[in-house]
Amino acid sequence: MCRNKYFAAFQVIRQWIHKMKIVIINYGAGNIQSIKFAVERLGYSAVLSDDANEIKTADRVIFPGVGEASSAMKKLRNTGLDLLIPKLQQPVLGICLGMQLMCNSSEEGDTHGLGIFDIEVVRFSNKVKVPQIGWNQISDLKTALFKDIPENEYIYMVHSYYAPLCAATIAESDYGLRYSAALGKDNFYGVQFHPEKSSAIGEAILRNFLENKAQ
Amino acid sequence: MLAKRIIPCLDIKNGRTVKGVNFVDLRDAGDPVALAQYYADSGADELVFLDISATEERRKTLAKLVYHVAEKVNIPFTVGGGISSIEDVDILLHNGADKVSINSSAIRNPNLIDDLVAKFGSQCIVVAIDAKIINDHWKVHLMGGKVATELDLFDWSKEAEERGAGEILFTSMDHDGTKDGFANEALARLSATLNIPIIASGGAGKVQDFIDTFKEGKADAALAASVFHFKEIAIADLKKILKQNGIAVRL
Repeated sequence: MCRNKYFAAFQVIRQWIHKMKIVIINYGAGNIQSIKFAVERLGYSAVLSDDANEIKTADRVIFPGVGEASSAMKKLRNTGLDLLIPKLQQPVLGICLGMQLMCNSSEEGDTHGLGIFDIEVVRFSNKVKVPQIGWNQISDLKTALFKDIPENEYIYMVHSYYAPLCAATIAESDYGLRYSAALGKDNFYGVQFHPEKSSAIGEAILRNFLENKAQ
Repeated sequence: MLAKRIIPCLDIKNGRTVKGVNFVDLRDAGDPVALAQYYADSGADELVFLDISATEERRKTLAKLVYHVAEKVNIPFTVGGGISSIEDVDILLHNGADKVSINSSAIRNPNLIDDLVAKFGSQCIVVAIDAKIINDHWKVHLMGGKVATELDLFDWSKEAEERGAGEILFTSMDHDGTKDGFANEALARLSATLNIPIIASGGAGKVQDFIDTFKEGKADAALAASVFHFKEIAIADLKKILKQNGIAVRL
């Protein structure tokens, strides 16, 4: 019967959802509720956790963060997450401050970072308004994270510090100068923008992270 | 290139949108979540919710509303109205608000700006300022414009920036409701004096007003309510015309 067929399809989808374990690292830094909602809008569910075992056994790990770099880094050190995150083997996505903390260091609060991306995060010069707040374009898109994403689409950014262009740059943006809108290395991705707040394009990028194999 | 932002503002009372919302194609225009979704789908870049309730329950009702908006809406939004403590802000951000705006409470206690910035970061603290010209000077007003202060608009906004505010939302009380354009001269002066983004508010009536506030007023974003709520201007059409006029917008 038709209804049974739908029910069977529903079960398959349900199982797929349950198979995929997504953990959003919860270390008391910022608006993680919005990221959880964005994941749920894509039909997945996500767990908020700071537990090492939960994080280690996830299929996908999202590393969020807003606020100030040195205090966020301190929270990571207090929980031992600073040692755990660089060793993760599954795809990891750092968002905004999360991405910045994955770099060697940040000028903000003279912060020593996780050292995943070999670059120093610096402050925008006062030639532009700081913070940059609003929708900016991303271009020179690389890796599976941006699969089927057209060049020059607008995404939402809020930040005062940025990662300069480097070997790990997988997307660029322009605010007085060209800088890294996203970084990628092995299983690690970082985006300066907020995919959870970047309308349909942000959701497509988040979906790529959840569904595509890292390259 | 960073785009100029178009921001519809929704007035909220006891968890519902109030006054002047005329949406025939929405089942319930009083439902802030439905209205927010409508605007997000129509090309709004951001939303502002201004809570004007005055009940004991307001904090709880507003937190619940913020949670439901964050659940459904995939663009950033700011919440303002009656926010006066770290605890107020904490509840709103935890429920999914991206930014909060403070107004009277910051004037009464300027240290609140520093405290909020230290705890949550500049990026989510908007200082809203209502001002109008009295004897040739832009004077800041309290309580949604009801009470005049001795503060000068330019001094106060500079102080807010120095204390760490991430953005200034400037409403000209002289222009608000006139539908005759934004306070572009004051806006341009703010933009020249400050190095944080400025949101223009008060006076939107026609498409040309938006062009002018971005070109002459050097505003980074423009906020309006009734022209959008009454469908006098459709956001998609507005952005198309802005683009034709050489203004960077997200289409």
